[in-house]
Amino acid sequence: MVQPNKQYKGTTAVLLLLFVVATLFSLRYGAVSISLDEIISSLKKWVTASNDMSLNEQIFLDIRFPRALLCLVVGGALAVGGVLMQALFRNPIVEPGLVGTSSGAAFGAALYFVLSASFDFSAGEWVLPVVACAGALLATALVFTLSKSRQTGKSSISALLLTGIAINALFSSGVGFCTFTARDSQARSITYWTLGTLSGANWHSFMIIGITTVSCIAIAMRYGKHLNALMIGEDDAQFLGVNVKRLKLVILSINVIMVAVATAFVGVIGFIGLIVPHLLRILNGSDNRYLIRNGALLGAILLSLADLASRIVVRPGELPIGIVTSFIGVPVFIILLRKKKYYF
Amino acid sequence: MLSAKNITYKIGDKTLLDDVSIDFEAGKLNIIIGPNGAGKSTLVKVICNQLKPQTGSVKYGEKDLQSLSIAELARIRAVLSQNIEVAFPLKVAEVVMMGRYPHFSGRPGTKDEKACEEAMHFFDVWHMADRNYMTLSGGEKQRVHFARVISQIWQPVENSCRYLVLDEPLTFLDVHYQFDFMHKVMELLKSKDMVVIGVVHDLNLAAKFADKILLLHTGKLLAAGTKSEVLSKENIKTAYHLEPVIVEQKEKNSLYLFFD
Repeated sequence: MVQPNKQYKGTTAVLLLLFVVATLFSLRYGAVSISLDEIISSLKKWVTASNDMSLNEQIFLDIRFPRALLCLVVGGALAVGGVLMQALFRNPIVEPGLVGTSSGAAFGAALYFVLSASFDFSAGEWVLPVVACAGALLATALVFTLSKSRQTGKSSISALLLTGIAINALFSSGVGFCTFTARDSQARSITYWTLGTLSGANWHSFMIIGITTVSCIAIAMRYGKHLNALMIGEDDAQFLGVNVKRLKLVILSINVIMVAVATAFVGVIGFIGLIVPHLLRILNGSDNRYLIRNGALLGAILLSLADLASRIVVRPGELPIGIVTSFIGVPVFIILLRKKKYYF
Repeated sequence: MLSAKNITYKIGDKTLLDDVSIDFEAGKLNIIIGPNGAGKSTLVKVICNQLKPQTGSVKYGEKDLQSLSIAELARIRAVLSQNIEVAFPLKVAEVVMMGRYPHFSGRPGTKDEKACEEAMHFFDVWHMADRNYMTLSGGEKQRVHFARVISQIWQPVENSCRYLVLDEPLTFLDVHYQFDFMHKVMELLKSKDMVVIGVVHDLNLAAKFADKILLLHTGKLLAAGTKSEVLSKENIKTAYHLEPVIVEQKEKNSLYLFFD
């Protein structure tokens, strides 16, 4: 019998190795380099709850470590979101933010930057992510409501796609308006946020995104087979025993929750969700069961490396991570597309 | 046996199926024919539970269609639709394995792999198991879907017939593979628990292979029965507005239609 599984397993093994290597690099390097000894000693002190720490150990535990972990879960969330949405829409150009999620979050954030400066209220750590998440959910809800057919009360996939594009355009113009009316410093914050940054990483944000992402991916893994069946069309998936209506609901919900929460804390990070599914399909084909698993790993790896680059290139400053993901991701992606025969 | 009783299906004030009652027997080849817009595809969709008729019921054996879940139905009934497009590149073997999805959760078992392998040999696509589906010709793709659909109901099911619905299966095939496919369907029908329903446009293929022909016209069942009963001059003229020349050889049990 043909064994389609073997090569996927090989890829998983390589990705696991790279996952560890990328994590180690992103723990060690940045504005300051932290040696392996310092990493180990600070971890020891962390476990024993010792307060006697050097500056580097302090930096490692409070900033570097949660940030490295945050990269892994955000990267995983975006990549798996991309896999799920491309499979659901049966369309290779779909991004996880398509149904309004990321432009809604960006609008919420932009509104926050403008209003918080104008009214000068001292906002706590939680206000920005909550407002951004609310924006994401609002835009997504709008897409779902407006895409419903008047006759049948159902949203077809193409209606969702088109409504998503329209609502994205609307909220992006909202962000544009905020940027236009904002003072220079606020406009800069908006631009920075819409290009994504993990500089605000801390243990709180990691815990929230981590729990959401891991549980959403765990649920998504159960639906790999169903998403495969969807590749031959909605009707034919139903003939193969898939409850398509329920599948759509589950997969869209997972994606929206995962992407809205991640985007709320780190801003809009483009391209990871688009290219990771393609990179893996070029390597191993399109079986969604493996795309979800390997996508989580590859997304985590790529975002870690991108974040590392964003911290090193203009050291001690930082680039917005969205610039790095596109700048490195685009050429790599195009080379791969041209090199290998990738039929559609 | 599969039976549809008093099926009426309307969209707005347009009646697509008008009080249609049909029985499809096991071990026989049932072929639905009719001009474009006669309601063939609508009837297939009602039988497959893709459309809910305003009146009437469909029964799979003793069980009412509405009482079967999507998953239960998929274990006893396979459907070959028209114009299937696969959205992403997959190996032929992976496409065929989809036919076994209703039968396993997680990973395919040896029973599933055996069914796929035998179905692929049966439809002569085993040698392309490792190829990218996207690179196949139209006819090869169609044979891959035959293998997928057959693998879904390859093994007999307890307490139930197996049902195979073919919606214009011959569209992308040359004459050789059209006949090849029909002969293979006849071979499948040797299993007496197999109910096969096909929609076919070629009247001569219907005449050659069908045990029972059902002629639909303007949403109504115009005629049902053997080829000499259904493929009469009057019926064909009513349905297709063309006068046929019918050549019947009783001793060879064959009937041919020509149009001039």
